[in-house]
Amino acid sequence: MTATPILQLRGIDKSFGPVQVLHDVSFTVHPGEVTALVGDNGAGKSTLVKCIGGIHPIDGGEYWFEGERVHVHSPRDAAAMGVEIVYQDLALCDNLDIVQNMFLGREKRSGLVLDDATMEEMAAKTLEGLSVRTVKSIRQQVSSLSGGQRQTVAIAKAVLWNSKVVILDEPTAALGVAQTAQVLELVRRLADNGLAVVLISHNMNDVFAVSDRIAALYLGRMAAEVKASDVTHSQIVELITSGRSGDLGLAHTNGATA
Amino acid sequence: MSAAVVPEKPDQPEKPEKPRGSGPAKSGTAGAASLRSAARTYVERVRGGELGALPAVLGLIVLCAFFAALRPVFLSELNFANLLTQGAGSIAIAMGLVFVLLLGEIDLSAGYASGVCAAVLAILLTDHGWPWYGAVAAAIVTGTVIGLVLGLLVAKVGIPSFVVTLAAFLGFQGIVLMLLKEGTNISIRDQTILAVANDNLSPALGWVLLAVSVAAYAAIQLRQDRNRRRRGLSTAPLSLLAVRIGAMAVLGSFAVHLLNQERSRNIIVDSLKGVPIVVPVIGVLLVAGTFVLQRTSFGLHIYAVGGNAEAARRAGINVAAIRISAFVICSSLAAVGGIIAASRGNSVDPNTGGSNVLLLAVGAAVIGGTSLFGGRGRVVDAVLGGMVVAVIQNGMGLMGYSSGVKYAVTGSVLLVAAGVDALSRRRAVQR
Ligand SMILES: Nc1ncnc2c1ncn2[C@@H]1O[C@H](COP(=O)(O)OP(=O)(O)OP(=O)(O)O)[C@@H](O)[C@H]1O
Ligand SMILES: [Mg+2]
Repeated sequence: MTATPILQLRGIDKSFGPVQVLHDVSFTVHPGEVTALVGDNGAGKSTLVKCIGGIHPIDGGEYWFEGERVHVHSPRDAAAMGVEIVYQDLALCDNLDIVQNMFLGREKRSGLVLDDATMEEMAAKTLEGLSVRTVKSIRQQVSSLSGGQRQTVAIAKAVLWNSKVVILDEPTAALGVAQTAQVLELVRRLADNGLAVVLISHNMNDVFAVSDRIAALYLGRMAAEVKASDVTHSQIVELITSGRSGDLGLAHTNGATA
Repeated sequence: MSAAVVPEKPDQPEKPEKPRGSGPAKSGTAGAASLRSAARTYVERVRGGELGALPAVLGLIVLCAFFAALRPVFLSELNFANLLTQGAGSIAIAMGLVFVLLLGEIDLSAGYASGVCAAVLAILLTDHGWPWYGAVAAAIVTGTVIGLVLGLLVAKVGIPSFVVTLAAFLGFQGIVLMLLKEGTNISIRDQTILAVANDNLSPALGWVLLAVSVAAYAAIQLRQDRNRRRRGLSTAPLSLLAVRIGAMAVLGSFAVHLLNQERSRNIIVDSLKGVPIVVPVIGVLLVAGTFVLQRTSFGLHIYAVGGNAEAARRAGINVAAIRISAFVICSSLAAVGGIIAASRGNSVDPNTGGSNVLLLAVGAAVIGGTSLFGGRGRVVDAVLGGMVVAVIQNGMGLMGYSSGVKYAVTGSVLLVAAGVDALSRRRAVQR
């Protein structure tokens, strides 16, 4: 399974004004695997994901994709490479319907005109694949959906495209028990189909249930990237809370070296 | 978890208990039943805060009945034609404003921008002897450039549109004065330009145009319906489609018939009948604007930016470009409004596009149902709202009220419309 990584970050730095949020972060994602990205609130997980997605420009470091150094300047660049992200803050347009949201920025057209029929068909098929059964009509405005339904739409939007990397930032946060199980199942299925999946979650049970690798961020530094089978729950919790666990983790949790 | 309705099959039997979306209703087995369900969907939507054109249409009916009862002359053929030509200028400006309002922005300078463009038109026509098409093109280009500058200041420099266009409001007022050499009046003698707001189509041409419009509308709707049916997607019931097409034909015929009556007070001097030329002009703008907003990616992106600019950015939409183009469209349509105003006034003076023009145009868009909060609105709102505004102005004029009262009433109506907008939005958010 551990072929060449599809996505690799090396030494990423990212600051917001005077505040440095990411310090020399390296992160590797392999095809066919679920990589869990864990860390405390404010550790920098969402920021890292937004850097991958081209939402935030990176200050320093290298971005490699399929063995080549790339420069991602905009969300369009990331999408063009085949990176799809479900953001923690969902990013849906409330005044558009489900289909319009799923295709936003990449509408199907015939000539000048939007090809609504084709988009509706594709959206319906994708939602069916996610066994979404609670939305009344896919022509419903997103503002009328529940939190969980919105989350499902955001996930459907990400898997609609034949992407290579799918990143889900706390996708199950607003979901009920059954939906959570479904999303985790989907995450596993995507990876089994050869995609690289990154799952951000605070729920250790979920993390251990589906992931092959675990990457732990601690105060903006990558504390460890390990195989899920090589570590225990408590080791991961220690990495999250203190940045180290035994000989795993940062050398000096308060220093600058990683 | 309730039953799935995601992929609709066309042959699915109607089940009344089934949850329904706010989208188009299911394909109808029985015409009446599906019409009823379509009506129910509509009521549901209205109660959820999506009022759409309802307040404007109701307002129009109530106002017309009110004025007709008090002043029978309100319903005369002459007055009906007047109403249309009176409203046309601000309707054109309001159509442009819809694009800017959809983004949650405002253009306070649209009125005077139309004045500047009208002044350019008049100067080129009258002082420089340009042909009408050259002067019209120059006026519209002037509008486009104005929009480009405003858009760049808002989208690239990041000044709030309220401030940019307030400054432009003052600036353009000054430019109009300078162009017109401190307030002289330039009369327009070009027959083509004068015809826009003062001449009529021949009665026969009016009928032909109506027939072509209804046929084209029906053809497009039916083709779309067939396409969706064939692919097994949900469709509006055919009976609803028939009702829509029928209503368009009946209302259109009524209007054309009325406008084709002789309305000249003195037939020997001058015959006056037919659909005013501004009507097809507004019609073309309406169709073009609706097409752009509802059927193209660009239009969808305008809604997206107005709904959630950050989501639009993450979807790879060039938000700045969308903002700039909305201002460009707004000012270009303001130029069209200015041309109509110049034609109607037979001249351009420092008041063209001034005084209450902007208020009426913003009022038209908002009364028609376009939200001041962005993300909701259609081009047809400008037409419906513009008619409401024109009816108020015209009806109160007939009743002999002073301009002071007319202003106050129009202002109040705008406030009511904005209140309805705010309340319906709150209702939609609360759900
Ligand atoms: N746009 C921004 N401007 C300034 N600071 C930011 C911005 N976005 C994030 N931060 C800061 O960066 C740090 C990391 O935030 P981030 O959202 O990446 O955390 P996270 O690991 O995703 O946390 P959570 O588990 O709560 O989602 C926080 O201290 C946050 O305040
Ligand atoms: Mg986060």
